Amino acid sequence: MDINFTLVAQAIAFFVLIVFTMKFVWPPLLNAIETRQKEIADGLAAGEKGRAELEQSSKRASEALTEAKVKASEILALAEKRATQIVEDAKGTAKVEGDRIITGAKAEIEQEINRAKEGLRQQVSTLAIAGAEKILRKEIDAKAHAEILTAIAKEL
Amino acid sequence: MATEHALTPSGYIEHHLSFNSLSIGDGSFWTIHVDTLVMSVALGMIAMGLIWLVSRGATAGVPTKRQAFMELVFDFVDDQVKNIYHGNRHTFIAPAALTVFIWVFMMNAMDFLPIDIVAKYIVEPIGGEHTFWRSVPTSDINTTFALALTVWFLMIFFAIKSKGLGGWIHELFCSPFGTNPLIWPANFLFNLIEYVSKPLSHSLRLFGNMYAGEVIFLLLGLWAATGVTGTIAGAILGAGWSIFHILIVALQAFIFMMLTVVYLAMAQESH
Repeated sequence: MDINFTLVAQAIAFFVLIVFTMKFVWPPLLNAIETRQKEIADGLAAGEKGRAELEQSSKRASEALTEAKVKASEILALAEKRATQIVEDAKGTAKVEGDRIITGAKAEIEQEINRAKEGLRQQVSTLAIAGAEKILRKEIDAKAHAEILTAIAKEL
Repeated sequence: MATEHALTPSGYIEHHLSFNSLSIGDGSFWTIHVDTLVMSVALGMIAMGLIWLVSRGATAGVPTKRQAFMELVFDFVDDQVKNIYHGNRHTFIAPAALTVFIWVFMMNAMDFLPIDIVAKYIVEPIGGEHTFWRSVPTSDINTTFALALTVWFLMIFFAIKSKGLGGWIHELFCSPFGTNPLIWPANFLFNLIEYVSKPLSHSLRLFGNMYAGEVIFLLLGLWAATGVTGTIAGAILGAGWSIFHILIVALQAFIFMMLTVVYLAMAQESH
């Protein structure tokens, strides 16, 4: 139990050790730990941010998909309607055209009939005249009765 | 040292409780305990040097196992200090606490070494036969008093630094009972007792624990010298005491550190 100079020496050693730790040991360890803590916190925050962004963009993508689907079905409906319309139009046009053709054909037929009738009539008149001529040749002078004959031919 | 002639139990104990003293002047004060000083300084240099080596290469990235261990110790000390002291602990108190913890732990841990191993295999080849050598520096009252008194001076230094000299003196006379001049003596007496008891309890707690631990090891060693039965019993009990001592070594280092932090933190608080 003797207190002696060892005490002073130990106190000096103690103080030197504290100063050494304070200057050279504590700061680098503290720095390393705090830097790492900050890095981990930053990393976690970035991960969280990325996750939120991913969620948002996938939501956006599904929204766009839905929109595109709606638009596509709209376009499809429109196209169908248009197709029907075109078919209807074509039907109408074809009917009109057909009617026109039929009318034309009918008119032509009428014309043809008339022409045939005319031809026949002329032939009949010529024939009648020829018959009458043959009959009247002897009695009637052609020049004298030409007027009457022409009038008859016209009446026919 | 079992071969020493005319060996008596009291002689054995006395031998192992004697310091390797070196007189550096007249009077009993001017003596140095070479064993205490060499052991403590060597341990301090080894321990703090190792930590320094690790912390010098400390990286903020993935730590090596060595660095992870040091960070574990660092975090343990830092957490304790954080709970007690609410100022900027990184400038002084936390590094001081780390130093105290590691150093005291290392010095206490010398108790695990067999009693004579340092004397027999390191000191005697240098210093000759029967050199006195106590390898546990904390079982020397000088060491524990040195630590406690250093903390005591730091305590007063920080008290004056944070409150000013006037504030500190004011507190000596006006706390804890009040500012009435009639109770100044009572206040002063109270503070005086506190200032005396702090370093005493601080140092004697550690000293008592380590000294008692060492004496028990010596007694077990003494028993081991009495014959086969004593050797077996001494070995078993010695192993048991060593295992229990692991707790004491760590616990006393922890308590010493905590008290250091508490005293230094209290000094900076105003009452």
